[in-house]
Amino acid sequence: MSALSDRPANPVVGQTIPHESAGLHVTGQALYTDDLTVRTHGVLHAHPVQAPHAHARITRMDTEPALAVEGVVRVLTKADVPGVNDAGVKHDEPLFPDEVMFYGHAVAWVLGETLEAARLGALAVEVDYDPLPALVNVKEAIAAERFQGATPRMERGDIDAGFAAAAHVFSGEFEFAGQEHFYLETHCSLAMVDESGQIFVQSSTQHPSETQDIVAHVMGIPSHEVTVQCLRMGGGFGGKEMQPHGFAAIAAIGATLTGRPVRLRLNRTQDLTMSGKRHGFHAQWRVGFNASGRLQALDATLTADGGWSLDLSEPVLARALCHIDNAYWVPNVRVNGRIAQTNKTSQTAFRGFGGPQGMLVMEDILGRCAPLLGLDAMELRRRNFYREGQSTPYGQPVKDADRMGTCWDQVTKTGEVERRRNQIATFNASHPTSRRALAMTPVKFGISFNLTAFNQAGALVHVYKDGSVLITHGGTEMGQGLHTKMLQVAATALGVPLSTVRLAPTRTDKVPNTSATAASSGADLNGGAVKNACEQIVDRLRGVASSILGVHPSDVRFSDGTVTSVGGGQVIPWGDLVNKAYFQRIQLWAAGFYRTEGLHWDSSVMHGSPFKYFSYGVAAAEVEVDGFTGAYRLRRVDIVHDVGDSLSPLLDIGQVEGAFVQGAGWLTLEDLRWDESDRPSRGRLATQAASTYKLPSFSEMPEVFNVALLERAHEEGAVYGSKAVGEPPLMLAFSVREALRQAAAAFGPAGISVDLASPATPEAVYWAVAEARRASEHGHVTEGGTGVVPDQSTADLRPAHPRSEQATNAATAGV
Amino acid sequence: MLAPTITVNGSAGTLSGVDPSTTALDWLRSRGLTGAKEGCAEGECGACSIMVARPGDDGGTRWTAINACLVPAASLDGGEVVTAEGLGSPQSLHPVQHEMAVRGGSQCGYCTPGFICSMAAEYYRPDRMPVASADEHDHELDHEHGPNGFDLHSLSGNLCRCTGYRPIRDAAYALGEPDADDPFAGRCLAAPPALTSTRQEGPTGVYVRPTSLAAALDLYAAHPQAVLVAGSTDWGVEVNIRGARAPFAIGIDRLPELRTLDVGEDVIEIGAALTLSEIERRLDGRVPLLAKLFPQFASRLIRNGATIGGNLGTGSPIGDTPPALLALEAVIVLASTDGERDVPLADYFTGYRQTVKQPGELIRAIRVPLPLSGTTAFHKIAKRRFDDISSVAVGFALDVADGIVSRARIGLGGVAATPIRALATEAALEGQPWTADVARAAAAVLRQEGTPMDDHRASAAYRTATLGTALLKLHAETATPQEVGA
Ligand SMILES: Cc1cc2nc3c(=O)[nH]c(=O)nc-3n(C[C@@H](O)[C@@H](O)[C@H](O)COP(=O)(O)OP(=O)(O)OC[C@H]3O[C@@H](n4cnc5c(N)ncnc54)[C@H](O)[C@@H]3O)c2cc1C
Ligand code: FES
Ligand code: FES
Repeated sequence: MSALSDRPANPVVGQTIPHESAGLHVTGQALYTDDLTVRTHGVLHAHPVQAPHAHARITRMDTEPALAVEGVVRVLTKADVPGVNDAGVKHDEPLFPDEVMFYGHAVAWVLGETLEAARLGALAVEVDYDPLPALVNVKEAIAAERFQGATPRMERGDIDAGFAAAAHVFSGEFEFAGQEHFYLETHCSLAMVDESGQIFVQSSTQHPSETQDIVAHVMGIPSHEVTVQCLRMGGGFGGKEMQPHGFAAIAAIGATLTGRPVRLRLNRTQDLTMSGKRHGFHAQWRVGFNASGRLQALDATLTADGGWSLDLSEPVLARALCHIDNAYWVPNVRVNGRIAQTNKTSQTAFRGFGGPQGMLVMEDILGRCAPLLGLDAMELRRRNFYREGQSTPYGQPVKDADRMGTCWDQVTKTGEVERRRNQIATFNASHPTSRRALAMTPVKFGISFNLTAFNQAGALVHVYKDGSVLITHGGTEMGQGLHTKMLQVAATALGVPLSTVRLAPTRTDKVPNTSATAASSGADLNGGAVKNACEQIVDRLRGVASSILGVHPSDVRFSDGTVTSVGGGQVIPWGDLVNKAYFQRIQLWAAGFYRTEGLHWDSSVMHGSPFKYFSYGVAAAEVEVDGFTGAYRLRRVDIVHDVGDSLSPLLDIGQVEGAFVQGAGWLTLEDLRWDESDRPSRGRLATQAASTYKLPSFSEMPEVFNVALLERAHEEGAVYGSKAVGEPPLMLAFSVREALRQAAAAFGPAGISVDLASPATPEAVYWAVAEARRASEHGHVTEGGTGVVPDQSTADLRPAHPRSEQATNAATAGV
Repeated sequence: MLAPTITVNGSAGTLSGVDPSTTALDWLRSRGLTGAKEGCAEGECGACSIMVARPGDDGGTRWTAINACLVPAASLDGGEVVTAEGLGSPQSLHPVQHEMAVRGGSQCGYCTPGFICSMAAEYYRPDRMPVASADEHDHELDHEHGPNGFDLHSLSGNLCRCTGYRPIRDAAYALGEPDADDPFAGRCLAAPPALTSTRQEGPTGVYVRPTSLAAALDLYAAHPQAVLVAGSTDWGVEVNIRGARAPFAIGIDRLPELRTLDVGEDVIEIGAALTLSEIERRLDGRVPLLAKLFPQFASRLIRNGATIGGNLGTGSPIGDTPPALLALEAVIVLASTDGERDVPLADYFTGYRQTVKQPGELIRAIRVPLPLSGTTAFHKIAKRRFDDISSVAVGFALDVADGIVSRARIGLGGVAATPIRALATEAALEGQPWTADVARAAAAVLRQEGTPMDDHRASAAYRTATLGTALLKLHAETATPQEVGA
């Protein structure tokens, strides 16, 4: 075992403990950024002026009338930006635009003594617009050839030979929707200026260092004059990775100009209409199978709906390409990617970061083609699993590929899949008006950073004279339990009880130059750094203890707050040892650092080994569909998921369950609708409130929900043998979508292939049922012939800019 | 008059200087009680849930969870409020808080204080009974009730984006009974807070809550443009989302004359200011069609605030009670200083959000004539099963005698500018045998009723299709109930 993955005796990691803030959460005492407002004196409130056009030039703006509104203190416009007028890192996202790029784009911000004053002030600002033509969906952008950013291509083998040799060739198209993050806490920043003009921003951000960078460049000041703190977030899911920066910058400008704290909190509709979402995609595909149903060739073109600016679209697209294979070996592959520019919010990171979109294309293909191949979908999937020694289309060996089969077999067994499939057949035969189905789908998800520079993290560990310990690290807490895990790592590495360790909020003046936090690599990276800092301290204390105990330093053991020699004997309480060390002038604090090695990635040819390891999981979902309405219920879900040796089982199971339900929300319920009419409201988000954009509620929770973590799953080379967990389980929800497809198909003749829209709302399922009942044709999959031919880029391929690889890394880390 | 005062977590807080448009949520947060959160400001997420002391059924008090984001702070004048902070502290957790904390019921924690309040209200529900072991078999079939009698619907108005709900359900189902010396349980035994008259003035207007119907009608006559505020589940959304402000608002939620429920020989009269939860509880299944409707109406949190008068007062074409009440041939009792008049609900709606209600007139009660039809159903088509607005809603009330449909009354919502009766379909059914063929023929007629539209909730085609299938489903369910799943 490597030192990093090795666990001592009696480790605190691996214990089932609640979230470190659980007691604060349940009593309402946990503070979020906006809760600081009432605790801060003299706060001004910011309200946006949002444009009522999807695309328009601003021809005139008069802020005077706003200033006449009682309580309005100032209106912020482009003229107030002291530095760079850009909210992002690609210089395509003006903080104050001249050209409105989406419906609801903020063109100015009003500061008021109260939020009500700011709101009324915003209504009073006069803006004239010259409307311009707008593209509001991906198909329109494809037709108009309006693309932005890189056009990556991933290739392996000989695609033509693959199709030539295939026994069956199918082709089709698939367009599917994005998803709103709908973190319960909307975006919020509270900025203030201290005596020396330094800016302090408290922000609900997954990426404090980048928030700091952007605030600094907008203000035209060096980074050391800006400190960003994030106490905790009420959910992030990737939506607070790039998106908070501009809001923080607005608050910082306001605070600087007025000398008063400025609070910028978006209400739900502002958040929905202004902040980016998961990318919807359009896919064209051709696929070849041999006579026994093994995949031979895949040619696909994925078009991401990027919205108005690039944001993280390039790395999202790259990850989509790298996950189109999901769990399946495809010898000959060609996948092209491109990013449509549309007049919508700038789509961004969202748990899975393009991976789910790539995998959805493949799972949709398999779900639609299985009946055409005369194969059970479950059998088709299982048959195509990667085997040990095979590589992904981008050339990375699939390490531990057998774990997919292990998870699959365990779910089959513990989920009693065979017995239930028989029950379902009996049920379906005796119920004319409803149908049940059970589907199983696998997940293989790559965890890591493509770019070496992003594989680093820092931590600061203080041991005080009384033995109490305070840790800080570069990761942020958004509910995923990172802080809890870091406390467990520190307690384990120091050999002290959990209660000895406390954690201080994430701040850029404690740990600098951090990467964005995503649950998926937050623990891997920051855990390495915390562990490193603790080990430095333990090594120093080892010397002190060895002279007291009269043993060799390497024979000193730290465990549960006591220090002993390997052979037992004298026991030194941790606090006593620390105190002694202090008087011996031993440094009792350390800065920890961690970097991962051994990854390589060439974005220009989409080739390399960008991932440290793969996470695996399998889900079986059973649904029941009502033939009258298409309404359905999720009756039972069984999951086995690989998190390595869990650092914190209660939290890891929570991540699996939460991600699964969130994934099911994306695929079945959550329905982003933009106005695509030619009315003046064209481009307006029609589902811009919780009343129209529906999240999963209790009624979407599986009635029976069994989640198990894969056992004996030690991951060599990762902190205490654990694996990332934040993103991968989201994609287990494909099982729900495929079960709905099969239940819909069961209304028609045996072996029929049906299309299913995504999201598979009751209405969408109703139409799938109708299609199955008509049974005149097999959905819209074409067999053989010309069918759908994926577009190939005619222009030179544009590789992703290195900057976006950094972003890939950030995002991979942090959803 | 004294400035309105609210008892929060045991200590009195005054509303002096607070605008009448200020919500209870904003007021609590401005006092540093930031446990209750704003997640949506429109009653959908429950992050703002608080417990208020409401009249119980037997002279006692009932802890009731409501959305603090929707109600004006002034409407809680004289009331008692408990927030997550007031239930317990990290050092001394309330049983609900304890179960939620140890079972992983919170991840980011933002939704948690709201869940705690909704869960605590259910914890203290007087008729929450552990399921007797004899019923265990039934219990297995019912995934919405715990062995401790916990009704999961009490959490249907709380959203969590992180946990996937399973640990929250497990926490709820693990709860025991309140201790003998539990102060909140003790409070339920005493009388509810007394009715006070309230007047709150501020920059945007004035909110007045009289204590008698006569006083309310006088006020309304003097201010015919006034906004009536009952449960404020609609008005609160107008205030928060659309920036509406009422120069003059009259609180009618606690008028005793609007809060009675009488079951008579030929009619059941339901007071307009009773909340849907109260009606559900008091009718206790007496009107099966309404019993089917209630669980599908919004969430428990909303039903705890929303009044039946308010649902009709808005004149919304997608309200859920009108299709059911149309099928029941309900009559609306309108009151003004000129007296009362009865209007059949079928004649009440005149156009999109327009009704026959005259300025100065309010709904005092709703009358449901007896006897009730034997075959009833309420079909609500929506994306989400809990707490969603209808794309289409259909209320059915059929009398089937000797296999013949002797009477059919069908109310529709979501397919026209107003709720409507499906008169052609009723005609196609009456006098016909209740057979699959007749149902199919009538379903074809039903599909033609109304003029459904496309919107973000559903396409017109789907609305039309599900209108038809609603009748087919009714037939399938009443003909061979054992063969119908879901
Ligand atoms: C999250 C959420 C979910 C919802 N889901 C549903 C749903 O599933 N189905 C559904 O039908 N509705 C739903 N609604 C709307 C529903 O809650 C309201 O229509 C409710 O019934 C209104 O009652 P209220 O007492 O809250 O009315 P208020 O908001 O107090 O008042 C609403 C209007 O009615 C008028 N009014 C109130 N009482 C009277 C009276 N006695 N006489 C005359 N006029 C009066 C008022 O002047 C006001 O204009 C939902 C609302 C929310 C916020
Ligand atoms: S804030 Fe969402 S229900 Fe009140
Ligand atoms: S714990 Fe984050 S929303 Fe529920």
